[in-house]
This record gives sequence, C-alpha cells and structure tokens, in this order.
Amino acid sequence: MTAMVKAEGVHKSYGAAHILKGIDLEVAPREVFCLIGPSGSGKSTFLRCINHLEKINAGRLYVDGDLVGYRQKGDKLYELKDSEVAAQRRDIGMVFQRFNLFPHMTAIENVMEAPVMVKGESKAVARERAIRLLDRVGLGDKGGNYPSQLSGGQQQRVAIARALAMEPKLMLFDEPTSALDPELVGDVLDVMRDLAESGMTMVVVTHEMGFAREVGDSLVFMDGGVVVESGHPRDVLGNPQHDRTKAFLSKVL
Amino acid sequence: MTDKLDKVPDPADTPPAGAVPPEAIRAIPVRHYGRWISAVVVIALVVALGFAFAQGNVRWATVPEKLFEPSILEGLANTVWISVASMALGLVLGVVFAVMRLSKNPVTSTIAWFYIWFFRGTPVYVQLLIWFNLALIFPILNLGFYKDEMTQVMTPFLAALLGLGLNEGAYMAEIVRAGIQSVDEGQTEASHALGMTQTQTMRRVVLPQAMRVIVPPTGNEFINMLKTSSLVVAVQYFDLLRAAQDIAATSFAVMEMFFVASIWYLALTSIFSVGQYYLERHYARGALRSLPPTPWQKVKANLSRFSTRKAVA
Repeated sequence: MTAMVKAEGVHKSYGAAHILKGIDLEVAPREVFCLIGPSGSGKSTFLRCINHLEKINAGRLYVDGDLVGYRQKGDKLYELKDSEVAAQRRDIGMVFQRFNLFPHMTAIENVMEAPVMVKGESKAVARERAIRLLDRVGLGDKGGNYPSQLSGGQQQRVAIARALAMEPKLMLFDEPTSALDPELVGDVLDVMRDLAESGMTMVVVTHEMGFAREVGDSLVFMDGGVVVESGHPRDVLGNPQHDRTKAFLSKVL
Repeated sequence: MTDKLDKVPDPADTPPAGAVPPEAIRAIPVRHYGRWISAVVVIALVVALGFAFAQGNVRWATVPEKLFEPSILEGLANTVWISVASMALGLVLGVVFAVMRLSKNPVTSTIAWFYIWFFRGTPVYVQLLIWFNLALIFPILNLGFYKDEMTQVMTPFLAALLGLGLNEGAYMAEIVRAGIQSVDEGQTEASHALGMTQTQTMRRVVLPQAMRVIVPPTGNEFINMLKTSSLVVAVQYFDLLRAAQDIAATSFAVMEMFFVASIWYLALTSIFSVGQYYLERHYARGALRSLPPTPWQKVKANLSRFSTRKAVA
C-alpha cells in the first residue's frame, strides 16, 4: 500500500533561515498522524509543504505516490504549472489556525465555493452537500451567517466543512484549536475525532496532547527542524526517550 | 479560595425582589459657548459675502433662465457620458494594471510600472492635447483591417476618452493595488489550498474583499472625473463648460453662465455621493456585524436625540 504522505530528506529554508533540516516520515492511509513540538520547530512549515503552499528546497515529498509540486522525467525535475499545482491540492484539505474563512461569503457559500468553482459542480448539488456537511459539524442552522457573526469555534467547524466539501483523501490541520477560547476547543476536537473515526487520513499539528493521545495513531516530536522522536502517541507521550522530548513534554503536560 | 469565589455576587441575584428600578440620569448637558460664537461669526461672513454678490454686476435672473437651456442640457449629458465612459475605461485598466503590477512575471510588472509612471506623471491636460494631435505623428491609422486618416479617427470624443480614461487608469491601478494588498494573505492560502487557481482566487476571493478598500477612493476619483472632464474643452468636445462658455460669449452673461455650470456640477457630484454611500454599504456586508445606518436613519436618530435633549433642559 502506498503511503498517503511520504517525506524523504525534506529541507526548507527562507533565505539564511534553515527551517527544515531533512525530514523523513511516512503517513499511512486512514492514519491520524500528529506533529508536536515547540514553536519554531518547523512543524507548521512541514505541513504547508505537503500541499505546496511552501516550496521545499531539497528532498522529495509524495502524496499518494505523486511528487508534490514537480514532475520527474529521468533525473530531471520540472516545476508544475499553476493549474497543475491547483489540481494536486484538490484532494488535500487544509484547516488553518486562524480559520481563514472567506468573510464576504456566508457559511454555506464558503462551503459551496470550491466544489462549484474548482469541480464545476452545479450549485444545487454543492448546496445539498454543504447542508449535509454543516449539519455534520453541528452548524446546520448557521448556513446563512457570515463568519463575523460566528464564534471562533463555529468558524473553525465551518472551515473543516469547507475543506471536506472537496472530498479530500487527506486532511491537514495546522494548530486548529490554538486560536480558540478554551471552552470552544472541545467542539472542534469532537468534529476532528468524528472525522478520524470515519477513516480520514489526517496530519495534525497540535498542542492538544489529550487529543493526540486518544485519537492519534502516530506521533512525531519535532525540534529545530528535525524529527527528534516518533512512535505511537502513548509511547512518546508516556515514555519519552530523548531529553528534548522530555523537556518539552514537562512544560506542556 | 472557594471562600473568595463565593463572595463574588451573582449578577442574577443583585436586584433584590421588590426593588425600584434605578432612576435614569437626567443631567444638564455641557454648554458649548464657543460653538454659538463661531456660528454667529460665520453667519455674519456669509451675509457679507451674499451682499457683495448681490451688489456685483450679475443679472441673477439669467441663472434660472439659462439653467435648462437645450444646449446646456446637451453639454450636461455629454459631461456625464464622457465621465462615465472614461471612468469605466479607467476602472478596467486600473484592475488590469494593478494585477499586472503585482504579477510575478517581470515583463508584465515592468510594463505596468511604466504605464503608471507615464500617465500619472504627466498632466492630464497635456495628455488630452497629445491624443488630439496624434495625427502629427501618425497621419494615417493602419490597423491592417482598418485604415483611415488619423484626423478622421481621433474625434473630440475619442481624444477625450483616451486622455481622461488612460490617465484615470493609472490612478485606479494604484488604488486597486492598495486594495489587493490589504486582503489578508491567509485568504489567498485558503483559496489555493482548496484547489483554486491564481485567477479564480483573484476573482472570487481577493477582489471582492479588496472592494471595501477600493470603493471609497474610487468614489472620490469619479467625483474628480466629473470636474476634470471640463478640461475636454481643449479637444473641442462639447461638454457642460463649453456649452456655458458658448452662451457666455454671445450673451455677455459671463459670471451667470459659470454659476449655471457650477450648479449643475454640484448637482452631479451630490447625486453620485449618495450613490457612493450605498455602494460602500453593499461591500461592507460580512465585514461588519450590522450595517451602518443610511443617511435617512441618521437624520431620524439625530432628530430624536435633539428632542430628548430639549426635554432634559
């Protein structure tokens, strides 16, 4: 079975700042893969490389067996065109820390936008699915609201529904609960747990250790642009082997 | 710890049963004597100015007489037409050149830079004259499928349209660019992550949000355009000012005709200011929890505030 995400020696730098220093990892289909680590460790940057929001400088990154952002012919790499990159991203949903809902569209319009524009779906079909998805995230009655009229937790759940509307095979979560008031975190995590149970492959950058322990199948601790420790969340969180992992966990647990 | 918490009064409990509701404050407002004095001074100045105009060599009766003169109305229609057409051209060029300017393609961004540099850097009056006299450089216009004398092609209308429109395009490009750059980068990322292309992202996500920033200065630009269009007299276009001047030249009612023109310019700008207000309201949707009141709602609110003040005093 091909790995859903496969990273081989991935490097990323912004000018002189070397953010990722050789990441190797594999995410199996239907797996919930958690990335933890201190801020600046490169975990969000790595996540953004998976759907080519960031270009990697070295190494190879595959999603479902396809090279991300490039085409390989012989030993030469060719950059993909804008439209080809867009086509690759259709199958990869992403949820952002700051929601990034489109503020000029209502919740339901947010969810309908990509299927209509990208897949050329009819509005009726898109609307029907949007209603179903909003219902699934517990916001069936909020479809007509603009994002500014929703709480952070509600906005994030709309954002999850928006990503699911493209029926992705992989979902990326970039600290989805970090911008939320503590009492709103639970609703978002519930939706994510439900999604994990349905068999979605998920890569989750998170500070929610409880979620990682309960829902995660694999966990990676990153620091300074490298993978320090990986394994089953129960093992890494319960019995960390490296000093850096121990130091980090002692601060957050 | 729990003791402390227990002492915090529960707001639901505070007004004990049977208590009278608190009395609303009815205070005497602060007196603004400075406002009264300055109002009196201003009124005195206005009266003095009005007196001077009344005494001057102006036949006031001419103004309403000529206000609806057919040639004036024709000039007025032409002024509106050239302003709207030039503004439309400027808007299209503005969006195109703003997007080009922000493009990663160095050829398109350089072209846009030069366009803005030239058309913003030279007076619009000069640009109008250049278009009008283009026949001096290209005596014959040859587009392959179409060939004619340039003097035939470059009518006053076309010279006015190109002169005003291309100049406006340069200003609009900068306004649109500022609007595009004001949209949060997360919006572009979210759109890209959904699989939308650069073009779709620009059209569906970025530009609609940029409109909030673009509309107010664009309204200013249009009001400017209504007035700047009076420069088209230089290319023989028959606009409102030209119509007024023609009558002034034969009837010697010089000042009177300028007043006629001014009244119409003021009427136009006033109408479009109201339109601009409602346009801004439209693009504020989603950005504000509740839309701002319309002018009529504001007037009503102010009137009711005034009457409560009187009641207090």
